[in-house]
Amino acid sequence: MLKQALSICKKDFSSEIRTRYAVNALLMFIIVVISVIKFSLGEEKLSPEMNAGMLWIIIFFSASNGLSRVFVAEEERGTSLVLKLSSEARSVFLGKLIFNTILTFVINFFIVIFYILITDLDIRNFPLFSLIMTLGNLGLSSVMTIIAALISKASSKGTLYPVLSFPLLLPLMLAAISGTWLSIEGVPFGQVAGEVQMMASYTIVVVTASFLLFDLVWND
Amino acid sequence: MSEITLEAVNLTKKFDRKMIFKSVNFRLSRGSSTAITGRNGSGKSTLIKIIANLLLQTSGSINLHINGSAVKKELLFMQMGFVSPYLNLYDEFSGYENLKLVANIRGRGHDNIENVLKRVGLFERRNDMLKIYSSGMKQRLKIAFSILHTPDILLLDEPTSNLDTEGIGVVDDIAAEYSKDRILVIATNDEHEKSLCSSEINLNKNA
Repeated sequence: MLKQALSICKKDFSSEIRTRYAVNALLMFIIVVISVIKFSLGEEKLSPEMNAGMLWIIIFFSASNGLSRVFVAEEERGTSLVLKLSSEARSVFLGKLIFNTILTFVINFFIVIFYILITDLDIRNFPLFSLIMTLGNLGLSSVMTIIAALISKASSKGTLYPVLSFPLLLPLMLAAISGTWLSIEGVPFGQVAGEVQMMASYTIVVVTASFLLFDLVWND
Repeated sequence: MSEITLEAVNLTKKFDRKMIFKSVNFRLSRGSSTAITGRNGSGKSTLIKIIANLLLQTSGSINLHINGSAVKKELLFMQMGFVSPYLNLYDEFSGYENLKLVANIRGRGHDNIENVLKRVGLFERRNDMLKIYSSGMKQRLKIAFSILHTPDILLLDEPTSNLDTEGIGVVDDIAAEYSKDRILVIATNDEHEKSLCSSEINLNKNA
């Protein structure tokens, strides 16, 4: 299953390198949003709480822009049958999940770098900040991947994607914002253990449920 | 050679409340070639999709047995080749790359890529991007895709559409080979395609 999944992931990367559909759209979105934030803030400094909220808003909407493509593009171009005729459903989901996770990490790396540069954000507990971002990215990509599979067969995909994913992501987002805020303030790990546990458990539950449900979503 | 049986029992399909076909029964084994026929909207493509496990039936069952043991639904793709007008390969890859990525995903057929490309007459154009292929060339590549892993069951939905005389000859040749010692199913209304099969499932009788 893992070999098939990696082949599917590799295929998606090769396709993305040639078409640059998701990466171009995402980079443009990030540049526009961060520029707007810079122009509206001027020299004003945001509180750590506001910074954490702002960062996760950008991350959520950039994910809404690009992560649906893994399944939507297959359905729109009629290529999903190629995958159905070549692989097990679980391998397809795992391949798409790996692709979306890597894409989320790459995109969010750029978001964080740009954000730190334009706001002079001082992160006092950087290891904790990195951990929160890692767990947030894993949770985000797992939810966004299964929702992408669900909406790929609907007619109004663009609207449905953020609408369906937001309620599911709310618990993760709240924990991620709280964890990010506290890590910017420089609190020790012990004070954020609750958020870390919640985010890790959330991701495990979502990935497990997705593997159980994906067969139904994919095959009819 | 293993014994293969593809059996449908009381297969029924409805879309919402609209009955497409009901109580379709058949039993196919090695060396059989079957045409699925019927007027437009009778469910030929729907039935062939159900056989390929691309669509769920409303009721009834379809099972593949190899040497008496049932093949799991999720592994049916390894035994089946499928061609249809609504199947599309990847435009951003060449013909060769398309077959290579499918072989990588399936884990089968790597040694057969050049052979099937030669067989469908695309070897000289194997490095051209699919987006510049004509519709006939795309159809030939779909045929190559369907036989790449040398499946035991070949399901063809209107296989000669968009093909020139030479392309139709390729389909005839492949159909003759598969009907000899494997299972061949063709969904069609075309008289020539029907003539490639020795038996018929007429869906007009199952509406």
